[in-house]
Amino acid sequence: MIATGAPDALVLDGVTHRFGNVKALDAATLRVKAGTVHAILGENGAGKTTLMRIAFGLVQPDAGSIQVNGAVARFLSPSDALAAGVGMVHQHFTLVPAMTVAENVALGAHGRFVAKQWATRVREIGSATGLVLNPSALIADLPVGAQQRCEIVKALARDVRILILDEPTAVLAPAESQELLTWMRGFADSGRSVVLITHKLRDALNYADDVTVLRRGATVLSRTIDEVSESELASAMLGQDRTSAIAIGSESKQIPPPAGSALAVLTAQNVSFRDSIGVTRVQNASLVVHQGEIVGIAAIEGAGQRELLRILAGRLQPTSGILSVPKAIGFVPEDRHADALMLSESLIENVALRDAGARRGRMPWPSLRKATTDIIANYQVQTSGADTETRTLSGGNQQRLIVGRELANAPAALVVENPTRGLDFRATTSVHDALRKARDRGTAVVIYSSDLDEVLELSDRIFVMHTGVLTASIRDRDVVGRAMLGS
Amino acid sequence: MALGAVAMLLLVLLLTVSGQRTGAALSALLSGAAGSWYAISSVTLVRAVPLALAGLAVSLAFRAGILNIGAEGQLLAGAVAATMISIVAPQLGFLTIPVVFFAGAFAGAFWAGIAALLRQKFGVLEVISTIMLNYVALQGVGYLVRGPLQEPTHIFPQSFSISKSAQLPAIIPGTRLHLGFLIAIVLAFLMWWWLRDRAGGFRLRAVGANARAAASAGQINVARTTTIAFLMSGAIAGVAGASELTGVTFSLYENISPGYGYTAIAVALLARLHPLGVLVTALLFGALEAGANAMQRDAGVPSVLVSVVEALLILLVLAGDRWRTRNGARTESGT
Repeated sequence: MIATGAPDALVLDGVTHRFGNVKALDAATLRVKAGTVHAILGENGAGKTTLMRIAFGLVQPDAGSIQVNGAVARFLSPSDALAAGVGMVHQHFTLVPAMTVAENVALGAHGRFVAKQWATRVREIGSATGLVLNPSALIADLPVGAQQRCEIVKALARDVRILILDEPTAVLAPAESQELLTWMRGFADSGRSVVLITHKLRDALNYADDVTVLRRGATVLSRTIDEVSESELASAMLGQDRTSAIAIGSESKQIPPPAGSALAVLTAQNVSFRDSIGVTRVQNASLVVHQGEIVGIAAIEGAGQRELLRILAGRLQPTSGILSVPKAIGFVPEDRHADALMLSESLIENVALRDAGARRGRMPWPSLRKATTDIIANYQVQTSGADTETRTLSGGNQQRLIVGRELANAPAALVVENPTRGLDFRATTSVHDALRKARDRGTAVVIYSSDLDEVLELSDRIFVMHTGVLTASIRDRDVVGRAMLGS
Repeated sequence: MALGAVAMLLLVLLLTVSGQRTGAALSALLSGAAGSWYAISSVTLVRAVPLALAGLAVSLAFRAGILNIGAEGQLLAGAVAATMISIVAPQLGFLTIPVVFFAGAFAGAFWAGIAALLRQKFGVLEVISTIMLNYVALQGVGYLVRGPLQEPTHIFPQSFSISKSAQLPAIIPGTRLHLGFLIAIVLAFLMWWWLRDRAGGFRLRAVGANARAAASAGQINVARTTTIAFLMSGAIAGVAGASELTGVTFSLYENISPGYGYTAIAVALLARLHPLGVLVTALLFGALEAGANAMQRDAGVPSVLVSVVEALLILLVLAGDRWRTRNGARTESGT
């Protein structure tokens, strides 16, 4: 910790910014002390990212001021911010996949590029900070966690003293998240500062010194972490009325495993899958999912859960094994833009996509329109109507549309993969509610989430997948976490 | 209609800039395209028929996400098949024309099928394969009209004239406007209805809009849908060839198509791939090209000026679309 009396590392005072008519930031204030981790919490659209983009010189504020280490600063571009020692790691990586680590780290610097010098620089930063990377590795070949490290190294190569991390754990497996957050803690303890933008209350509570909560562009709470409780933060983020809507941790009541009489809906026996390059992704997986239960699958990225989920959803043929699945299975894939939606088409057309492969004859547009308006009403999809272009919906509303579509006609089974990725609390809660309701109606639900807490919270029974092998587990965070890592 | 006005405006601009006699050129163009009953019925509309048919072929493929640049080759294949059937089977009576058209469609589908197969089996980009197949088809026609299909005197590089029974009747007596005009209109409406209201048409559009989502969320067989769309597109282009042969030229020769298959891409894009829009843009392009010939003949202004106008129209429409999607409702901001 830095002695009191030292100037604040970063101060944003009364910052206001409009996008057109929308006030994205309304006199927002942030005060980051030197040598601390400062968490910024808020729902989607609360203005967290915009505020930090202003601190990094990507966006110019309409009003308000920025101070770095006590001196007033004016950032017209990110290079101004970097020169003042402020760096930012974006939620979506800004790396060039076809280039090496060293080349990516060198991007934006001036002068002649000497590969050796930059390789040395990368190694130096690695040994000084623990963010070890192979300088000559291609970004495209690196796992996500290493790409994340490269993003940070890129900022550190510019001698950044104030590091802004925008949702850094969103794409990481739990073990990698842990590692990153621990590293971040050490970075701050060495006298520098971190601003951590996050959705996850737990990360803020465990790793931050101070916390600022934004709601609708305004600072609604700013305190040291010891002075606030989880529920205070939640109500600050959501507004008073919504507190009850979020369930944090696994307080949900334990539902007994289904009796032997419950009907088996999905049955897999010794199912294996080998991919096109001959790697066995799923190895002799056996699993029975009954009517009216949620089965959770916990795994770190790349453990074969992606393939297993698609096999269970009838979207992928296993290489071997016996599989018995119903005809109608709802499937919510993690990448909704690539795998679930036609963004250029209307909501109705996207609802019509369901079962399009087996449909014969005429398209029943009147009943599809009714189905769409029902989904809009039942799942609170905020849109100007069924004919709206799907692209214009926010991520949460797109996801509600997908979940509604996949649950229409009450399918016998539903498979969901990272169903709340990138969604805010409100959207997450409504998706969780929909899954529970489907379970209570008798649907057999399989869920995978890279957020272990989400799996624990929703599931009646849990399986853990590690390097293609599926095993049953008890509902204990520690046990499951260990099993995911194979220990 | 707005498009027509923009086209005229662009043309006036180009004529002025290039120092041509604007008034004389324009009046030649207008009278050539629409100055008389003959100009309308026997030049502009006749010219619009192959553009409309090939335009429908292109828009169907593009709707499915297939970049079929090969309407030209498929059109030629259709014309060849139509010629062969007309020659070998002149005694089919009233069935002659249907059989000839069926042969044209089949040959067009076959020609597109080669590219479809290459795409499916070896992942060859259809943009490349269809362009190359256009040249193969053109050389093939060149061989046929100098070899097996050459007319009896062996003087001209062209085929026999097809028998009377295979020639399309004029739909308005005294004009050159043939049955192909009605076929194009019926086909456009049929395609519009099929794409909108039939499950097969929806699958085709879904695959074009997002093939991965179509496969995952719709459980659509993407390879099958794509192949069907490719074959249908080729068949329609083949019909364009059969229609041109039996309705206009009556014999096969190398220049039977002055690039209809390529202009069709412009026709389809300008119509934003809408089948009924294709009828309108085909008419516009038919008029422009008919007028361009008259302009060159009567006012001595090179007809390529009209090609420049066509190209500018496409750029304008595409830029406009792009602008709209960019400035379209972007609702979300923040994280």
